[in-house]
Amino acid sequence: MAHPTVAVLERHLTLYRRLWRASVFGSFVLPVLFLLSIGVGVGGYVGDVGGVSYLAWIVPGVMASSAFQMAAGESTYPVFGDFRWTRAYHAARATPVGVPDILRGWMLYILIRVLVNALVFLGVTALFGALHSPLAVLAPLACGLLGVAVSAPITAFAATIGHDSYFALLFRFVMMPSTLFAGVFFPLEQLPDWLEPVAMASPLWHAVELCRAATLGAATAWPAWLHAAYLLAWAAGGFAWAVRAFRKRLED
Amino acid sequence: MIYARGLVKRFGDFTAVDGIDLEVAPGEAFGFLGPNGAGKSSTMRMISCVSLPTAGELRILGMDPARDGTRIRGRLGVCPQLDTLDPDLNVRENLTTYARYFGISRAEARRRADELLEFARLTEKAASPVEPLSGGMKRRLTIARALVNEPDLVLLDEPTTGLDPQARHLLWERLFRLKQRGTTLVLTTHYMDEAEQLCDRLVVMDGGRIVAEGSPRSLIETYSTPEVVELRFGLEELDGYAGKLEGIGERLDVLPDRILLYAPDGDGAAAEVHRRGVNPSSVLVRRSSLEDVFLHLTGRTLVD
Repeated sequence: MAHPTVAVLERHLTLYRRLWRASVFGSFVLPVLFLLSIGVGVGGYVGDVGGVSYLAWIVPGVMASSAFQMAAGESTYPVFGDFRWTRAYHAARATPVGVPDILRGWMLYILIRVLVNALVFLGVTALFGALHSPLAVLAPLACGLLGVAVSAPITAFAATIGHDSYFALLFRFVMMPSTLFAGVFFPLEQLPDWLEPVAMASPLWHAVELCRAATLGAATAWPAWLHAAYLLAWAAGGFAWAVRAFRKRLED
Repeated sequence: MIYARGLVKRFGDFTAVDGIDLEVAPGEAFGFLGPNGAGKSSTMRMISCVSLPTAGELRILGMDPARDGTRIRGRLGVCPQLDTLDPDLNVRENLTTYARYFGISRAEARRRADELLEFARLTEKAASPVEPLSGGMKRRLTIARALVNEPDLVLLDEPTTGLDPQARHLLWERLFRLKQRGTTLVLTTHYMDEAEQLCDRLVVMDGGRIVAEGSPRSLIETYSTPEVVELRFGLEELDGYAGKLEGIGERLDVLPDRILLYAPDGDGAAAEVHRRGVNPSSVLVRRSSLEDVFLHLTGRTLVD
């Protein structure tokens, strides 16, 4: 007998079969265009960063930030819609599927999406000659961890809000700055000192550090386990918040 | 199947269900009748084990929803008031995906989906997306989905609200078929004809309380007369006529747009109206219905 969590995951995968063509463009083609324009174009002016070409330097950053964008984007309207429009969570809750099952199945789906995306991206960047270490194969794992760390709290947020206009604020004031100031396009040290801790609070920076260490074989700013633990803490905290938010919405 | 004593549901200061007692036996078709806001849906949510009672005792299939919610839900079929179908999945996938929630194997889910598509008369639509289906088809699909785990108890929250008459009759016919198979049905409705068609027994709810209980027939016998005469009088003030009609039949009600006379013999009462020199613009003699019971019990009509 399949576990209810697996049944929830299956629903998401069945839905994804319908939509994958559109999403492949967004999640994979766009970062590649990014690499070409910024990595090759801007890179021509910038020269080397940290002893490697600018392209090789931003590859892990773009990889992590694309996981970040995907996990965040998937956790906004689709989650909100499954409460408001399709009421799919209400449907599931009327069966033996519990709130933790709904959320575990959802997190597994996000994990799979992010992992597949990161693996394809890794393959393409290998063709650009941008990977300098065999450890690069570990980078998708860091992306997967980042995906759950970001998706869990945003899923909870999407379950809490009463109107989808909050997502615009989330994208403008949280997601955008996180992407710009998390060491994706330039080293964190370039920032004013007071801004550095703010950037470090973002889960994205920690995943960028891990990915960069993996693809370039370089050292991380903090010990690698600490970066991973920080991401895990976001995932666990977000999950707990999401369980509470979903219960409140579905069980009263 | 269901046993409730002193069941209460409060949301903050608002009491949605205010101490109700219920018992539903296996094979019975049981109805909750009442206007919007009477507490029917809150009661249904407690029975379907997604919302726990604030107070009182509740047993579903002999189990306690607070402890065995998951096990109970595994044996229930729930057809919610608002459609919860997956618009991006096709008709068949809606059934198979939902079957998996009950731990049913993929092969078995496919087999049951075929069977239920047949039952819901949707076999030709199996590969169609959900969105273009008519309201009646979507409802039938929702009901088919509620049957995918072969439930012991099927809960239907306003199954035909918003459907056209033809779609309603087809749905009733399908539900009647279920009832004949011995499935226990519990439904809420604010349609009298639906309750009369489907329910062996029903309770009338108003303001979170049960105000009457019985079979449709016995409720009509207890709270109404066999026949009702409806009198309409154009645009004039109705109260003036009420005095002239006093004493005809057992009782009369003055509604905003008509006067109802309750009488064992409707034709006789209508003749008496004319004999007294009262000339309504229209006279309708009909059988008494649950609508009259509800009007008598609560002083209000059901659907305004």
